[in-house]
Amino acid sequence: MNYAFDFGWLFDYWPVLVKGILITVELTLVGGILGVSLGIACAWARALGPRWLGAIVATYVELIRNTPFLIQLFFIFFGLPALGVRMGELEAANLAMVINLGAYGCEIIRAGIQATPRGQFEAGASLGMSRIQTFWYVVLVPALQRIWPALSSQIVIVMLGSAAVSQIAAEDLTFAANFIQSRSFRAFESYFVATLIYLALAIGLRQLLRGLGWTIFPRRAAR
Amino acid sequence: MSDFTTWDILRNLLLAARWTVLLSLVSFIGGSLVGMALLFARIGKSRGGRGFVRAYVEIFQGTPLLMQLFLTFFGLGLFGIDVPAWLAAGLALILWSAAFLTEIWRGCVESVAKGQWEASSSLGMGYLQQMRWVILPQALRVAVPPTVGFSVQVVKGTALTSIIGFVELSKAGTMVTNATFEPFTVYGFVALIYFCLCWPLSKSSQILERKLNVAHRNH
Repeated sequence: MNYAFDFGWLFDYWPVLVKGILITVELTLVGGILGVSLGIACAWARALGPRWLGAIVATYVELIRNTPFLIQLFFIFFGLPALGVRMGELEAANLAMVINLGAYGCEIIRAGIQATPRGQFEAGASLGMSRIQTFWYVVLVPALQRIWPALSSQIVIVMLGSAAVSQIAAEDLTFAANFIQSRSFRAFESYFVATLIYLALAIGLRQLLRGLGWTIFPRRAAR
Repeated sequence: MSDFTTWDILRNLLLAARWTVLLSLVSFIGGSLVGMALLFARIGKSRGGRGFVRAYVEIFQGTPLLMQLFLTFFGLGLFGIDVPAWLAAGLALILWSAAFLTEIWRGCVESVAKGQWEASSSLGMGYLQQMRWVILPQALRVAVPPTVGFSVQVVKGTALTSIIGFVELSKAGTMVTNATFEPFTVYGFVALIYFCLCWPLSKSSQILERKLNVAHRNH
């Protein structure tokens, strides 16, 4: 192998990389927050909601979990305009990530909810809590606490999966790497740097979510 | 321009889906073999081996599969090999699957009660004998459902190989779209075919979990 590695382009192209990182972070943030919210709503519908709603949600979850993210993205970005639903690449990327995490999050959170003993609902009611209060304090928060590690890894997986949004020209970190390699002809180096950044982002996100878990659920953690 | 009927679209996609199936099989089987080797290093006695596998898993689970595909594709090229897309795709997916399978199986091996190791070693069994006759048979029971579940991830992972130019179901979808200008229909079909490939696997994973758990719950 007589190939001279050259990272000199980093000097010229770092603003492109920074912009890419910011977009990846933004996608993860929006996707994470809205995706988990959607997941909670769907988990409620499946575990405690009316039966017809549960059936719809179950179909949605199965559809999303058994098709690749890339195809979901293409369907939203290229396919939906045929129905008159048009959106920019960033909106499409965000939407795809929310829908994707929503489905996985639903299954994870539902598992947590189902681990709540039935008697706790009655206990909540006997304390004079409303149904919403019971759901929030007695069911949801302990459920989230139980499944927080699994949910955290799913959020990291969705962040890493967001590399695919470069394929609909959303200018994330992978897009930046593609752009740089097309300019500098240093394909291996630019993807190598992007990969290292993704690794750092994944490790950072994992730590952040762990810290977040300790902040949101301090009571049980102290035990 | 030629006219594509719906049947033409579907037929072309189904032909391409064979490559998705083949690549999935190769990746899953190759990944299992590499993953098994990594598993032995991960739970073995050598410190260096354990550290290596831990780093390996961290890297492959902490970076996007797409980046791994790019690095394999362009990295092999650095050695002066003319890399066909299928080779880079297969290699990257094997290494990626191995990382996840090792991690899944490690959890299963660790779920076998510690007393089993002690009991078998008190019977004078060596490491390989313990693995073969005591630990693996029990771990396997626990391992089957999540392993089948992971095969779904492999099938979905193959979609990304379209980006480095391997012509499988997703790439065929893009090509057919470019010829027909009917993205809604085409990607709808593509999603449906993936669903038909993945859903039976997901379902059987769930069923296996329920079935195999019955015996497991009792101890």
